[in-house]
Amino acid sequence: MKAILTGNEAAAWGARLSRPKVIAAYPITPQTSIIEAIAAFIANGEMDARYIRVESEHSAMAACIAAQNTGVRTYTATSAHGLALMHEVLMWASGARLPIVMSVVNRAMAPPWSVWTDQLDTMAERDSGWLQVYTQNNQEVLDSIIMSYKIAEKHSILLPTMVIEDAFILSHTSEGVDIPEQKKVDDFLGEYEPAFKLDPDEPAGFGSLIMPEGPYMEFRYKMALAMEDARSEIRKVVEEYNQVFGREYAPFVEEYKTEDADAVMVVIGTIGSTAKDVVDKMREKGKKVGVARVRYFRPFPTEELRKIAKGAKVLGVVDRSYSFGPGADLFAETKSVLYGYADIPVKNYVMGLGGRDITPKIIEKVFDDMLRVAKDGVVDKEVEWVGLQGDERWS
Amino acid sequence: MSVLLPEDPTPIAKVPSTENKTGGWRTFRPVIHYEKCIRCYICWKFCPDAAIYFASPEAHAAPKEALSKFDTVEINYDFCKGCGICANECPAKAIELVLEESAEGDEE
Repeated sequence: MKAILTGNEAAAWGARLSRPKVIAAYPITPQTSIIEAIAAFIANGEMDARYIRVESEHSAMAACIAAQNTGVRTYTATSAHGLALMHEVLMWASGARLPIVMSVVNRAMAPPWSVWTDQLDTMAERDSGWLQVYTQNNQEVLDSIIMSYKIAEKHSILLPTMVIEDAFILSHTSEGVDIPEQKKVDDFLGEYEPAFKLDPDEPAGFGSLIMPEGPYMEFRYKMALAMEDARSEIRKVVEEYNQVFGREYAPFVEEYKTEDADAVMVVIGTIGSTAKDVVDKMREKGKKVGVARVRYFRPFPTEELRKIAKGAKVLGVVDRSYSFGPGADLFAETKSVLYGYADIPVKNYVMGLGGRDITPKIIEKVFDDMLRVAKDGVVDKEVEWVGLQGDERWS
Repeated sequence: MSVLLPEDPTPIAKVPSTENKTGGWRTFRPVIHYEKCIRCYICWKFCPDAAIYFASPEAHAAPKEALSKFDTVEINYDFCKGCGICANECPAKAIELVLEESAEGDEE
């Protein structure tokens, strides 16, 4: 069924089709319309689930953890400060190996107060043990939720997943979306089979105390192995989904005209679609540019980025967030995995913070800057803040 | 070289918490003086560990004729951690906190 849906409505549909039994959520702009839509589905009898209204995001995740422990699928959604408030229980969900799926609508962290898109909220949770998949359009929002349940629930993985969409650019913008048939999704996902669950006849405690000489390290090591194993599972599930539902998702990195590109822009989220348009325009002028849109940030697409770097003369990594370390996160990690594998300049472009518009014109100027770096062979400035007020270079 | 990994994905304790006797953490032991107890059960309501429970009516003689129809309460020293909330809340000051070492030898 084709429908005109906002990104948030698409997320609600993705959740509805996956048949979670418990939804526990707390409203926050720009996530609110996801859980409003789900509340309406349940109230109208279109979704057989229990909706738990909670007093905070910390409680929302705690309720999902408890519910998932009883052996049912759960779903929740949040943004920015809500995600930050969940921080402690995010770690619990992954350590307790509960395949919870959560939508996160990327929003800037305050102050200054802002409800617009910026990826700092999810980047700050990169070490929480959750899988992270970033989307580019409303169709991908819906599809990624369904795929995420299948990947996360595999008994060799058992790690929760954040399905991430940009605030307003996706969350509140309508697009044509294909809503898959319920029967097809049911066949694709199958019944949820928990690896373990609470059973009153066989009382047990989960995630109990381990002394320093006990297997704490081994349990964390198993999580690290699961994150590695997730790579092959993601590849398998995405391929199967593409086949069953007629889509064309790349598992980890969507490459656009990278094969012969001198300058490859590495991006995350909706910046990808703008950048692809710019690539088409610049190709007409004979400029060899391409885009690599990272879908999964966790697990990190190490091999994919190494392969892309082998054929390129420069990588420009765009971050819509800033980390107060050696550049922003996507840049720092990309550069880290290239060490010893590709000896090319890598430059960080920090832009679009707090929802500032990233226009085709700005992206073209960034591509031109990358081509200049490729020609010079050296990075003049490792971390470039693009489009600061008064800086005329980018406008 | 083979690494030894736990079978479960997360620690799963099959031993219920009732087997984990936390009474050993106690420094002060609450002792109920039944002759002062007015059977209000505020201690029972406030105990954060549910370590105060209803005993049979015969367990202790009621101090007053009128109260004899009520049950009385006892403290389960296997689980009481000695937080002292019961003694603090008791309106009749019928619960005394006794240093565990000096209470040793008393029958529980």
